[in-house]
Amino acid sequence: MTELCDLTGSELSEKLANGDVSAVEVLESSLARTDAVDDEVHAFLTRTPELALERAEELDAYRSTGAPMSSVAGIPTALKDVFTTNGIRTTCGSRILEGYVPPYDATAWARLSGDGAVLTGKTNCDEFAMGSSNENSAFGPVRNPWDVSRVPGGSSGGSAAAVASGQVVWALGTDTGGSVRQPASLSGVVGLKPTYGLISRYGLIAFASSLDTVGTLTRSVRDAATLLSVLGGKDPRDATSLEGDAQDYTHGLEEGIAGLRVGVIAEASGEGVEPGVRDGVGAAVDSMAALGAEVGEAHLPHAEYALSAYYLIAPSECSSNLARYDGVRYGLRAPGDHADSVAMMFATRGQGFGPEVKRRVMLGTYALSAGYYEAYYGQAQKIRTLIIRDYDAAFDRFDVLVSPTSPTTAFPIGAKVDDPMAMYLNDIFTIPANLSGMPAISIPCGMDEAGLPVGLQLTAPVLEEHRLLRAASALEAELGLDLRPPLIAGP
Amino acid sequence: MPVDIDIDHVARLARIALTDEEKSALKEQLGVILEHAAKVGEVAADDVPPTAYAIPRANVFREDVTEPSLPVDEALRNVPDRDGDKVRVPRITELGS
Repeated sequence: MTELCDLTGSELSEKLANGDVSAVEVLESSLARTDAVDDEVHAFLTRTPELALERAEELDAYRSTGAPMSSVAGIPTALKDVFTTNGIRTTCGSRILEGYVPPYDATAWARLSGDGAVLTGKTNCDEFAMGSSNENSAFGPVRNPWDVSRVPGGSSGGSAAAVASGQVVWALGTDTGGSVRQPASLSGVVGLKPTYGLISRYGLIAFASSLDTVGTLTRSVRDAATLLSVLGGKDPRDATSLEGDAQDYTHGLEEGIAGLRVGVIAEASGEGVEPGVRDGVGAAVDSMAALGAEVGEAHLPHAEYALSAYYLIAPSECSSNLARYDGVRYGLRAPGDHADSVAMMFATRGQGFGPEVKRRVMLGTYALSAGYYEAYYGQAQKIRTLIIRDYDAAFDRFDVLVSPTSPTTAFPIGAKVDDPMAMYLNDIFTIPANLSGMPAISIPCGMDEAGLPVGLQLTAPVLEEHRLLRAASALEAELGLDLRPPLIAGP
Repeated sequence: MPVDIDIDHVARLARIALTDEEKSALKEQLGVILEHAAKVGEVAADDVPPTAYAIPRANVFREDVTEPSLPVDEALRNVPDRDGDKVRVPRITELGS
């Protein structure tokens, strides 16, 4: 049976506006779902039901005065535990921040909260957003609502699983190499990574600053557009945030894709792509053609170097960003009697960081060290230029590009934990949009033979979110998938 | 061939205490990852400028206005070892003779 928490944000917003339901009723439905399923899913690290109830009651009182409300008001929302939240524990899935309670809100959350979104908690993620399966969380993995023996993807796996299982209507994640789109794909939800800089990173705990992008996990393309309309726009507190006010991205969403030039990325359809993924994406591309799109083959000749470039650039930036965890001003300080402050730092970082974070800090430290910098980091930055040029050339011929989001559907927990390189290959199709800063979205496009969701990725040029969302919306409507996982669909 | 790295040197630079088991696992894993990453060297790119940010911005300023700041107690809320308004740490210099 469909509960209130299974509706989309736009459906709920209409019911709230008409007075059919109250914000408290919507919230209670969401909290009850978490009570029912999250022991199994483990999407949340911290829950905030009392704060949420207080908030929902305020909103209902405010609405009863007849005041106009934002389309995010009263909607149960979760945040990946990498966004700082004033007075609410924020861990990044790491022991080193286990007891950290930030004294300020991230801009992304401040904007949603200011418009009346209701926070029900902070979601589990790979430690410091480093991972593609959520198995790198220091607090235990998240399980995929479609099959709890499988991973939900990562690093925003808690956010994706919470949305897929109806625990919240939508959630924020972050995407540095695919960490919104890949879990969206594996969990059967919509994951939007907008243009780099469109949403402020202020209060987002940094991983790789030239790649980190705030993104959304939703159950419809319209909801992604609604959130982006609130989240976007210049923030003076983030020097990389782009000029300009937020736009209404829901405008023109249903204008269709007749005549849209769609390029299928040739380099993303070969070796390593599971047959179920290839078939699902292929059928969806046929649907786009049936809707009047002009489909052709696009090439990104340097895409084969993207993964290598990414695994030099992201760890390099991470080794620098994570230098701040030194046990001095916040977070873990290793207990004991240390000979001096440097010994304390060594012990704190040794105890506080998990295996994947250590691996990437070490990798980045090596890549930036004397004698290796030019060959690794310097060369990776040049590859980045070549990938951007590839995209520019492809977008001369096409309006949007299509590929699978991930080469596979959800894989079993434990299947790749001992092989970092196999794990990194999950992000092979999502990384290029981070290196180039371009907006990209993953939407569910079908099921494989095992009944697991397949995700399709659309990419558009910088700041062409309207076009990206319009194409995604047209395809979503045409496919008309029912995306309720067995865990909540009932008998 | 996997890249051979001096794991003790890198761990020192990164300020991370590692167990012997961690060192041997990391030495092997980083060697394999770097072998793959070295693929970037296959591309002739001498005349290609590097990209640090995909959407470059320069001279980003904001208005120089006074805004409320965090109270000291709030700013120091997470300090592991505190002495009034100061942060206490183990000694940071050699003891003088």
